[in-house]
Amino acid sequence: MDFHLSREHELIRKMMADFTENEVKPIAAETDKTGAYPRENIEKLFDLGVMGICVPKEYGGAGADPLASAICIEELSKQCASTGDIVATHNGLCCDPILTHGTEEQKKKYLPMLTTGRKVGAFCLTEPNAGSDASKGQTEAKLVGDHYVMNGSKIFITNGYVADVFVVFAMTDKSKGTRGISAFIVESSFPGFSVGKHEEKMGLHGSPTAEIVFTDCIVPKENMLGKEGKGFGIAMQTLDGGRIGIAAQALGIAEGALNEAKEYTKGRVQFGRPIAAFQNTQFTLADMELGCQAGKLLTYRAAVMKGNGERYTKEAAEAKLFCSEHAMKTTTKALQMFGGYGYTKDYPMERMMRDAKITEIYEGTSEVQRIVISANMGLR
Amino acid sequence: MKIIVSIKQVPDTSGKVAVNPDGTLNRASMQTITNPDDMNALEAALKIKDETGCKVIVITMGPPPAASMLREALAMGADEAVLVSGREFGGSDTYATSQILAAAVQKIGVDPDDIVICGRQAIDGDTAQVGPQMAEKLRLPQVTYAAQIHKDGNEITVQRMLEDGYMTVKVKTPCLLTCIKELNKPRYMSIGGIYSAYEKPLVTFDYEALKDSPLIDPSTIGLKGSPTNIFKSFTPPQKGEGIMLEGNGKETCEKLASILVEKHII
Repeated sequence: MDFHLSREHELIRKMMADFTENEVKPIAAETDKTGAYPRENIEKLFDLGVMGICVPKEYGGAGADPLASAICIEELSKQCASTGDIVATHNGLCCDPILTHGTEEQKKKYLPMLTTGRKVGAFCLTEPNAGSDASKGQTEAKLVGDHYVMNGSKIFITNGYVADVFVVFAMTDKSKGTRGISAFIVESSFPGFSVGKHEEKMGLHGSPTAEIVFTDCIVPKENMLGKEGKGFGIAMQTLDGGRIGIAAQALGIAEGALNEAKEYTKGRVQFGRPIAAFQNTQFTLADMELGCQAGKLLTYRAAVMKGNGERYTKEAAEAKLFCSEHAMKTTTKALQMFGGYGYTKDYPMERMMRDAKITEIYEGTSEVQRIVISANMGLR
Repeated sequence: MKIIVSIKQVPDTSGKVAVNPDGTLNRASMQTITNPDDMNALEAALKIKDETGCKVIVITMGPPPAASMLREALAMGADEAVLVSGREFGGSDTYATSQILAAAVQKIGVDPDDIVICGRQAIDGDTAQVGPQMAEKLRLPQVTYAAQIHKDGNEITVQRMLEDGYMTVKVKTPCLLTCIKELNKPRYMSIGGIYSAYEKPLVTFDYEALKDSPLIDPSTIGLKGSPTNIFKSFTPPQKGEGIMLEGNGKETCEKLASILVEKHII
C-alpha cells in the first residue's frame, strides 16, 4: 500500500493549485455575488484538458484517471465550489456515462464535442416528484418511426442553461417500473428542448442550475445510451462515479475553509495573543485537519478503485457522505472562529458555508448514502 | 529550427532564506520555483513553437532535484530537457556558470536558424549576467530586456524595455535574447502535457561530458575556481511600520520636521 501520489498526480495538483490561486480565487467572491457563470475560467479549463479529463486521447481528452479528476475538483473547490461543481458534473455525469455506456459512434460524436469542441455537459435525472426516489420519474420517450418523442421536465439540472449535451433519463415503458427507464443523449439544439426556470439557490451561485423541459422533443433513435430499459442502472452507476466528484468538491471546500481559519486565527489577536494560541482553537483546527485527511483517504481510495475497474459503490458513498458532512462541520466551525467578520461578506466563510450545504444533498442525500452503505454491509 | 531556453530553479522568496556555512544558499532546505523571468523566456519559446512547430529544448544547471523543474517545463510543452549537473560545477558564480552553460548549449548545437532565450535575471542573485556572458562565450549577438518578440523568418524584431523608453532592435538568428516579465503571461502545464512529460527525453551533462569543451576553463569553474565569492547571505530584517502623516500642508510639514529632529536626522 502506497499513500503517495504519482509524479503525474503531484504535477496536476501543483498546476491546479496555481490555476486556482491565480484565476479562480480572484473572481470567486464576485461570482458568488453576481451569480455569473465563470465562462472564461471554464474556457481555460477546456484549454488545460481539465474538462473531460478522463476521456481517452483518441476522443480528444487527456486520458487521465478518476483520481486526476478528483484532484482537479478538490483544488478548484478550495476557492470556488461553483467552478468545482461545473467540472464535476461535466466530467462525472456527462462524459463518464457516454464513455462507459456509449456506442463507438456515440463516443466519436459526443466525446470530442465535450473536450476539444468545448461544449459543456449535463445530467438530467431529478424531477419534481422524483428526488431520492429516482425511479418515479414521469418523463416519457415514445418511439415514433426513427426517433423518440420525449415529454416531461427535469429540475435542479447543474450546467442547465449553459450545457449543449445532456444525458437524460426517461420512461420508454411505464409498465415496467425501473426496467422501463432508458438513457438518452440529448442536444440542446434538438427540436422541443427548452430551458425552464433558472434556480436561485442558497449557494453555488456561479453554477448554473435550471429546469429542463421536453415538449415533443425529437431525439434520434441512435441517441439512446445503453440498451432500452437499462437506464436506471446507468443512472445509479453514473452517480457512483459522480459521488467521487462531490466528495472531492466537499473535501476542497473543507480544506479551503481550514486554510482560511488557520491564517485568520494566527493573525487575530484577542486577550493579548493570537486566537490560534488558545487550546480551544487548536483542538478545533486539529479536528478539522483530521477530517480533511480522513476524507482525502476515502475519496482517493474510491477514485483509485474506479480507475482500477473495481466495484466502488460503497466506497464512493462513504467518501461522499464523510466529506460532505465534514465540509458542513468545518465551514461552520471556521466561520465561528472569524466571529462577526465571518458572518459578513467581507470574508469568504459565509460563502463556503452556504456552498458546503448542497454537498449533503445533491447526487444522493446523506440519508441515501447511508442506505447505499448499509445495503452493502451484508445486513440482509 | 530550435529554441534553447535556459532556466533556473530558485528559492521561493516567499519562504525563509537558508544559508550554508560557506555563504552560499542552502538550496536543499528551501522551497523552489522556476525563476519567474525564465518562465517568460519559456513562454516566448513555446509561442514561437505554436506558430512555427519548432523544437524547444530547456536547459538548466543545478543539483539533480532540478530535474523536477525540467519536467514541469516539458509538461508546459517543451520537447527535450538537459540537466547540467556535477559536483565540480557546484558553487559556481556567474562567470563560471556561463562557461558551463555555454559549453552545454554548444554541445546541443546552435544552428543558423536557432535562438537561445534566457530570463533577464534570477531572483536569487539578481545579477542579469549569465545570459549576456553566455552570448559572449557562444559568440552570438544578444538582445536583452525583451518586452516583445516578433519572428519573421531568420529576422527577429525585439522591443527592449529600458528605464526611460523602448528600443526596437532587429537581429538575425542565431542569437540570444533575455526576457522580462512584461513579455507575456506564462501558460500553465496542461493535463495532457503532464502525462507526456515523463515520456520526453531528459539527458544529463556531467563534468565528464563538458570538461573538454573549449568554452570551459576547468580552473575557473565551481566554488574554488569562481572569481567572485559570497561573503555573507542573509534575510534582511523587516523594516518597522511606517508613519502616515495626515493634515494640511504646513501642519504636516512641521510634524515631519519635528520627527526628523527628534531622530537627529536633521
